Amino acid sequence: MISLWFSIIVVVILILIPTIGSSSAALQSLFGIVIPYAAIITFLAGFVYRVLNWAKSPVPFRITTTCGQQKSLPWIKNSKLEAPHNAWGVVRRMALEIFFFRSLFRNTKVELRDGPRLVYGSSKWLWAAGLAFHYSFLVIFIRHFKYFVEPIPGWVSLVQSLDAFFQIGLPVIFLTDAVILASVGYLFFRRLCDDKIRYISHAADYFPLLLILSIATTGILMRYFFKVDIVNVKQLGTGLLSFNPHLPQGIGPLFYVHLFLVCTLIAYFPFSKLMHLGGVFLSPTRNLANNNRMKRHQNVWNFPVKMHTYDEYEEEFHKVMKAADIPLDKE
Amino acid sequence: MRDRGRILIGLLIFLILMTFPVWYNALNGVSVMQEPELATKNVPGKDKCVNTAEYMRQNHMNLLNQWRDTVVRQDVRVYTTVDGRKFNMSLTNTCLDCHPNRENFCNRCHNYLAVNPYCWDCHVDPQDPKVLAAKEPR
Ligand code: HEC
Ligand code: HEC
Ligand code: HEC
Repeated sequence: MISLWFSIIVVVILILIPTIGSSSAALQSLFGIVIPYAAIITFLAGFVYRVLNWAKSPVPFRITTTCGQQKSLPWIKNSKLEAPHNAWGVVRRMALEIFFFRSLFRNTKVELRDGPRLVYGSSKWLWAAGLAFHYSFLVIFIRHFKYFVEPIPGWVSLVQSLDAFFQIGLPVIFLTDAVILASVGYLFFRRLCDDKIRYISHAADYFPLLLILSIATTGILMRYFFKVDIVNVKQLGTGLLSFNPHLPQGIGPLFYVHLFLVCTLIAYFPFSKLMHLGGVFLSPTRNLANNNRMKRHQNVWNFPVKMHTYDEYEEEFHKVMKAADIPLDKE
Repeated sequence: MRDRGRILIGLLIFLILMTFPVWYNALNGVSVMQEPELATKNVPGKDKCVNTAEYMRQNHMNLLNQWRDTVVRQDVRVYTTVDGRKFNMSLTNTCLDCHPNRENFCNRCHNYLAVNPYCWDCHVDPQDPKVLAAKEPR
């Protein structure tokens, strides 16, 4: 529970800093220009560092998790996706994992029922909420390109118009806004409501969820309730990403809270579990073909070990062994 | 790892995608938004909007929504501004009366932020080239 309160307090502090700070004009350039640049640099450098670090670590053996029959004799049916034996199988397996979170689909739940009986059941909520959350996040991410480029590319407008498909209300409600709140909300309460999951949850689990929840909330507040001048917001955004930053006056404090939270998220990203964005591509349990018996995999990092076989040993100690009546191979 | 080459290629693709706005701006240049044209700023009686300029800039869609609901649901068509002026709550007849050129007013902002209101599917903009063409005697 301490980890939960810790995360809540950190997020509240992160909201208070720009709320108070951005009211002073001098500090606005800190929140509007300096911190965003610092956060972007931290993100890119940190990400590259982490991936290069992973690229360096030795993975000498095939340690795939197999969930099916591996390829062996021609008359035994093998499972091409669960135990892929070639690159094509791995590509398909990875695609299913990355686009559809296939391993989460297998999530099961254990319960102790009256009896007492221990029952296992399939539980798709985690998978459904995870998928809904990630795709909403992607759409929202793409939509935000409109604040950084001019002219706006057609595919960004297309994604946005699909997101506003049902034309409910004015400003038109984006479906992903509702979906991301619901799914992150579920992912957060899932950790609180189940004792077993709460037991294994740390601040590193609560904090990103709360941070993303606050980012989505401030964004939604700005769009539907407490409007900010988004023409000015776009001038700031395009200025930043064309390296010609200038700070328009009169963007409300709510925007600076939103921006500061986003900066926190991207600066925190490379040092957190959020790195699974890159990590999912590099997990050796998924991205290696299960061909341990088809090919010989030699550890290329093997230290050359000095060998002393039993034959040589016997030769060396032949006389002594003979004298001690120890049975010898070469007799 | 023997896959280092592939990891580097993947990392490169990731960096290119992530920095998309930067090189897109570098290639295209950033065009600034043209200020919306205020056609009636100096016309007496039409020199003030239905609310303050600052409010309109940020909240005109909420106001339009409110107008729409009041007209369509309650059949009340008169809007009284804070300073006591009275307006007919109408998109075409009121807003476009003072902001006649939609292309040079509404759309300058809207194109800048990829806003594409669907209102004009039904509501008429008298200056719309398509509407003008339809009016032409055949
Ligand atoms: C100062 C720039 C500006 C001008 C001028 C302007 N708009 Fe807008 N309008 C915006 C912005 C920005 C939004 C999007 C707000 C958001 O997404 O929160 C918007 C949104 C809208 C929406 C809601 C659309 C949607 O899909 O959510 C309508 C309707 C609208 N404007 C109508 C008009 C009309 C009609 C005019 C001309 C009489 C006009 N606007 C002039 C900036 C402007
Ligand atoms: C009586 C004439 C009049 C009517 C009616 C009118 N406007 Fe305006 N509008 C103006 C004037 C004049 C300004 C400039 C105000 C200023 O700069 O102080 C303006 C400003 C605006 C702005 C801000 C533009 C900017 O560059 O900041 C928006 C947006 C806007 N009007 C939208 C609308 C919408 C939407 C309607 C219909 C609900 C409407 N107006 C009705 C005269 C009018
Ligand atoms: C499906 C067609 C349709 C669409 C799309 C539509 N409207 Fe309307 N609107 C109507 C009809 C019909 C009326 C009723 C006209 C009347 O009673 O005078 C109306 C009335 C209104 C009125 C009050 C009367 C008037 O003359 O303007 C407003 C304001 C309005 N709509 C705003 C909007 C806005 C803003 C949008 C876009 C976000 C929009 N409408 C989209 C059909 C539509």
